[in-house]
Amino acid sequence: MLNIPIKDHFRETRLFNARLSVIGVIVVTLIFALVLRLAYLQVFAHRHYETLSQANRVKPIPIQPPRGLILDRNGVLLAQNYPVYTLEIIPEQVDDMNSLLEELGRLVNLNEADLRNFQKQLRERPRFENLVLRSHLTEEEAARLAVKRTYFSGVELEARLRRHYPLGGLGVHFLGYVGRINEQEQEQVDKAAYRGIEYIGKLGLEASYEKTLLGQVGFEKVETNAHGRSLRILERIAPVAGKNIYLSIDARLQALAEQTLGKRRGAVIAMEPATGAILAFVSTPTYDPNPFVQGIDPESYDALLKDPDKPLINRALNGQYSPGSTIKAFLGLAALEQDGFDPNRPVSCPGWFTLPGSAHQFRDWKKGGHGAVNLHDAVVQSCDVYFYKLAVAMNIDGMKRFLAPFGFGKKTGVDLFNESDGILPSPEWKAARKQVWYPGETVITGIGQGSILVTPLQLADAMSALANQGVRMKPQLVRAIVDAKTQARRETEPVIATQIPLKDRRNLEIQIQNLTDVVHTNRGTAYGIGHNSPYKIAGKTGTAQVKTVAQGQSYSEKATPERFRDHALFVSFAPVGDPKVAVSVIVENGGHGSSAAAPIARKVMDYLLLGKTAAPPGEAKPATENDE
Amino acid sequence: MNLERLHLDKTLFAALLGMAAISLFVVYSASARDLDATLGHLLRLLLGFGVLLAVAQIRPEFYERWSPYLFIAGMLLLVAVLALGVIGKGAQRWLNLGFLRFQPAEIMKLAVPMMLSWYLARKNLPPSLGRLAIAFILMAVPALMIIKQPDLGTALLVFGAGTFVLFLGGMRWRVILTLLAIVAVAAPFAWSHLHDYQRQRIFTLFDPEADPLGTGYHTIQSMIAVGSGGLYGKGWLNSSQAHLDYLPESSTDFIFAVFAEEFGLIGSLLLVAIYVLIVARGMLIAYLAKDSYTRLLAGSLSLTFFLYFFVNMGMVTGILPIVGIPLPMMSYGGTSIVTVMAAFGILMSIQTHRKIAE
Repeated sequence: MLNIPIKDHFRETRLFNARLSVIGVIVVTLIFALVLRLAYLQVFAHRHYETLSQANRVKPIPIQPPRGLILDRNGVLLAQNYPVYTLEIIPEQVDDMNSLLEELGRLVNLNEADLRNFQKQLRERPRFENLVLRSHLTEEEAARLAVKRTYFSGVELEARLRRHYPLGGLGVHFLGYVGRINEQEQEQVDKAAYRGIEYIGKLGLEASYEKTLLGQVGFEKVETNAHGRSLRILERIAPVAGKNIYLSIDARLQALAEQTLGKRRGAVIAMEPATGAILAFVSTPTYDPNPFVQGIDPESYDALLKDPDKPLINRALNGQYSPGSTIKAFLGLAALEQDGFDPNRPVSCPGWFTLPGSAHQFRDWKKGGHGAVNLHDAVVQSCDVYFYKLAVAMNIDGMKRFLAPFGFGKKTGVDLFNESDGILPSPEWKAARKQVWYPGETVITGIGQGSILVTPLQLADAMSALANQGVRMKPQLVRAIVDAKTQARRETEPVIATQIPLKDRRNLEIQIQNLTDVVHTNRGTAYGIGHNSPYKIAGKTGTAQVKTVAQGQSYSEKATPERFRDHALFVSFAPVGDPKVAVSVIVENGGHGSSAAAPIARKVMDYLLLGKTAAPPGEAKPATENDE
Repeated sequence: MNLERLHLDKTLFAALLGMAAISLFVVYSASARDLDATLGHLLRLLLGFGVLLAVAQIRPEFYERWSPYLFIAGMLLLVAVLALGVIGKGAQRWLNLGFLRFQPAEIMKLAVPMMLSWYLARKNLPPSLGRLAIAFILMAVPALMIIKQPDLGTALLVFGAGTFVLFLGGMRWRVILTLLAIVAVAAPFAWSHLHDYQRQRIFTLFDPEADPLGTGYHTIQSMIAVGSGGLYGKGWLNSSQAHLDYLPESSTDFIFAVFAEEFGLIGSLLLVAIYVLIVARGMLIAYLAKDSYTRLLAGSLSLTFFLYFFVNMGMVTGILPIVGIPLPMMSYGGTSIVTVMAAFGILMSIQTHRKIAE
């Protein structure tokens, strides 16, 4: 105040006070804004930030449930989980890394790549994390480590479960396999249910029973800090193991059938007519599903794709074949069901058949013909001309109407995905494809040629219907689902697929007798397996043309390259009177049903009915002259 | 004890003591129960109160007389720091005096308002345009030098302190509006001169979620801490955001987030109330002051304190960009506490010597 000149004190004070008031108002406004902001964050948005705070703090770590096991009817393991051991190091708990690595190197095999990879992680990852030093330890290495583990600090032996198919390729076509979840599947699956899960069923039962086998993911709620270090476990929800699946499949029978088919391409289905339970589900060649679990290398996959035998194709489920003469097993019954049909009326078979007004000859497989045959003879000897005439008499619509309830042209509903429909043709079916139905097509449908296509599974199921008093069951692979923990067991209920409408039950008995005579009379086409059978078999052989034989030419098996030879088929059930099993067999390019397919069915039946695994005697006897 | 005799303002002193007591608990919690840190904070507080007590004893006339010299000394130190920074390649804020690491920019928080108050009070108020221009240069030069260090936060406070003096001194509205217009035009130019990290902080303010793990991280984590505190807070020592390391700088610049998380809205409002009380008391002291120098200085120091805590709380609650300004009295570390306490010493000197003089 001393060196300040006298000023207008009053004016200066008023000016200052005015300015102080202005700034006071600004301060109050800003404080008000701050208070509002605090109230917004801490009251209105509190729940939101509380959730974020929890999410920061608590990290749920998923725990994989063990996948359900798949076992055969006798408890033989077909799909299991086995532990894969991984050696992990937590760097911050290690005093001297070099000497530790040296010591571990004495217990397990550590190669250059392992060490290089580990050093890389060591540089890049936080020191409190588990770093993988070696994966896929052998059982022996894991055991050695487990013993010595307590001597080391910062060394962890982690076991993860991996899917394994102990029997390799056995039954791969119904079993399928799991593989790593791919991006597309990632989109489709329920994210919560698959958190932390690496594998998903890709094919076969592994895919169709995915939900059952999966189980429930468990969680550990772990408190973590901002660097991701786990501090403590707050809560643990144990995983629930996937349910175990018991199949109606008999692995020994499956193996027997696969071995009997051997290197040939083909399919065998054995099922219980009364329940639809599938006992053997064979498609050859098979392949080992185990490489698919971890991701098969492109070369091996390419080799499988390019294999001319097409092992990846599921012939039992997706193989669509002309049924050939096996269709006569069903059309024979159709004939009996025709009004005013006389099964005993002889029909002349000169070895060929022509439609009125046409010169085209539909040939019989037997040159010179069967002479005068009634229905019994026609079925037993598989006379084509008889069935040409029957087909013309029934017409395509009549045949379709009768065959449809047997399940032809439709999925059987077996518990696998992507089943093929087969084809039960009709003029409408062709019209839908902008094609005309020729009268000749009706004729050849009578002997199971032309557009009609069936799967081995359909054939077995249709044959089961004959065996089961005209009641067709839905084929099923799974017999029971068992909770791994409680052992609570849920049996699969047999499901009726269709009831075959029959005017007279005796017609079915007559036809079954005809089919029994196919196997057990010396004129029968399958006498080769029936002449020495201790039980009665009803069956029908079939031969499906792969290559059309031109008019005026004849088919010679020896002169035809293997891939163009006929497919051999056989459908059957046994024992007649109390059927326990129905079997369908297809051997691609196998030649005749009687010689290639029927003995396989006999072997399957012997195993089931006699408990025999020895080679069926049918093989010893040469094919009869009645070789279709 | 007669506080008047010690030249202490009762209200202000009580508020500061209360704040200091609270800060000890908050620092203890925010530093994850680090007793050494808490003791360090206590020592700084004691030093601060000692400085306050000493500064309060000296008559305002002394400060007025010495204002220009303090300013010149401060400028020399700033130049020294900048020169050392050039030699040391990189950010340089500290001057190591051997026994003490010293931040010259802190001096300017006091020296700039003192210098401007002295300069404006020499002639009649309101100041002429020419004097205003000189005053502006007197505050802008040190502020720019501090930005160069770079320390945007302190520069902002220094510039703010000067601006308050000019405004309270009666800078004409015409001039104010013109300057605001110039700022609006020059803003894009200034923008291009900001450091990338400084620009990024401003971007982040508008959309912290855009880069939640980058520059938005601090803001988001800080808002989570404040928001999750709710009405009543999680309780002392229960700030999960700070204790699990999600909140960066939890015991320094972001200590208010810890406080808000632990004591909720009620605690936050109480704390804000104490700060407002301090500011209001300071403004009252300015109102009661009898001459231009003391009222300008008292007003500027009080409002700078307001700017101080408002910018800090604004950044913690996500309404202002992140500038490195600690919460006065609360934040751990640094020499700022001494400067703040010295400012309150000056306020008390102005208040108590006026009364004695009367």
